[in-house]
Amino acid sequence: MTATDPSPNHLQLTRDGQLRHFLTLDGLSRELLTDILDTADSFIEVGTRSIKKVPLLRGRTVVNLFFEPSTRTRSTFELAAKRLSADVLNLDISTSATSKGESLSDTLLNLEAMASDMFVVRHSQSGAPHFIASSVTPGVAIINAGDGRHSHPTQAMLDMLTIRQNKGGFEGLKVAIVGDVLHSRVARSQIRALNELGVDEVRIIAPGTLLPRDVEDLGCTVEYDMKRGMKDLDVVIMLRLQNERMEGALLPSEREFFRLYGLTEDKLALAKPDCIVMHPGPINRGVEIESSVADGPQSVILSQVTNGIAIRMAVMSMAMGGQMAERQYRQTHTNQEARA
Amino acid sequence: MTALFDIDQLLNEMETGLRRVLEQRGVTDPALIGIRTGGVWLADVLGKRLGIEQPFGELDISFYRDDFSRIGLNPKVKPSSLPFDTEGRDILLIDDVIMSGRTIRAAMNEIFDYGRPASITLATLVDLGARELPVQPDVVGQVLELGAHQRVKLRGPEPLRIELQESGQQ
Repeated sequence: MTATDPSPNHLQLTRDGQLRHFLTLDGLSRELLTDILDTADSFIEVGTRSIKKVPLLRGRTVVNLFFEPSTRTRSTFELAAKRLSADVLNLDISTSATSKGESLSDTLLNLEAMASDMFVVRHSQSGAPHFIASSVTPGVAIINAGDGRHSHPTQAMLDMLTIRQNKGGFEGLKVAIVGDVLHSRVARSQIRALNELGVDEVRIIAPGTLLPRDVEDLGCTVEYDMKRGMKDLDVVIMLRLQNERMEGALLPSEREFFRLYGLTEDKLALAKPDCIVMHPGPINRGVEIESSVADGPQSVILSQVTNGIAIRMAVMSMAMGGQMAERQYRQTHTNQEARA
Repeated sequence: MTALFDIDQLLNEMETGLRRVLEQRGVTDPALIGIRTGGVWLADVLGKRLGIEQPFGELDISFYRDDFSRIGLNPKVKPSSLPFDTEGRDILLIDDVIMSGRTIRAAMNEIFDYGRPASITLATLVDLGARELPVQPDVVGQVLELGAHQRVKLRGPEPLRIELQESGQQ
């Protein structure tokens, strides 16, 4: 199980380039990312109808497998699946058979035997969704809902959708990601998506202790001084300080962090006047971001949540379509072989 | 690729037919909806001819297709847009070509997800027969019988023209 699979695409794409799993943004083309955003735009419209439901996944079973707690991601995935007319099973792994000693593989094989068509997986281990897709249940579409420090591709894509909605596109944009990049799977996926979609600059603003090694290799510039870093920004993305993942003393105190890297009205005033403020949630008010900024006119934090449903509907329906096309292909192939 | 149809004559046919059907049904204020892509071009033209001032709706039926499990999701899906409330309205639904009837089934399902219309009247430019569902248009520009390897396609929007294609050609 590895987080740096050199070519994940043999796994997540069909032979004609459709999605069949959604594991990582690594290796996905600008064209495919744009298709995801365009499809999500159509699902946003569905969310405004009197009946907010389309029949695409009718008769399909989606299992939400959350090995780590989550409220927003899980509930938006659940709502997305339901709006696609799928049957949804939410499995809270901490209270299930794994605590009786059943192995992960056995749990998954049992769920597959219940004719599940899709697993939405969140796991603290980087690479867990890859492992499931490649080795455990390859016939089930796997959607990565966040794995370890590796990636959180649906979060990054809903952020891209939010940016496109507000800025019209990506060309020429200067985007900063601020805060705890070290523990953030979201940041990794965002940097990848922003670069692929062609922004002008991805800037990381963080203290050295919260930066991963060789962060520049991900395709970004680094700024330690937030006041300098805010200059000319079109978009500022705040990250949550992940206290639960901190080992040892990476920070003097939350108060000190807020003083240096918290987004206040004063600091925001240094960016472009139409700079939008984003945060993947949940917000630690007064730690990464001042309340008046989080609730202010430049904040698009709540539209990120709405967009999350549309992005998840897009990715789920695209992957399910690819997975079913793949099954169809295999079936015809096997039949042809049997006849030959 | 040949354009051997007089599109204006077909549009006249549709306009006359629609005026007659709407009058028979006592519909005075229809809400116009075109199915992407050809149906939208036609809705634009017919709306003007019939003097319907309210903007017409555009339907993308990709989310309602019944062959999703065989061919997956259309990657070029666009948002549907209905700039009016369908609840209680008399809908005038327009498409370019009707054949199996599956597109119209999908379109009607989609329309009902916006609200319950009072009625739906269906008009198509061309009817190719070969129905697989009990769906019949109320108004048709022209009924066509095609050879096994022939297809028709509406090109547009400006100018609108119908192309007859031999399969294998684009």
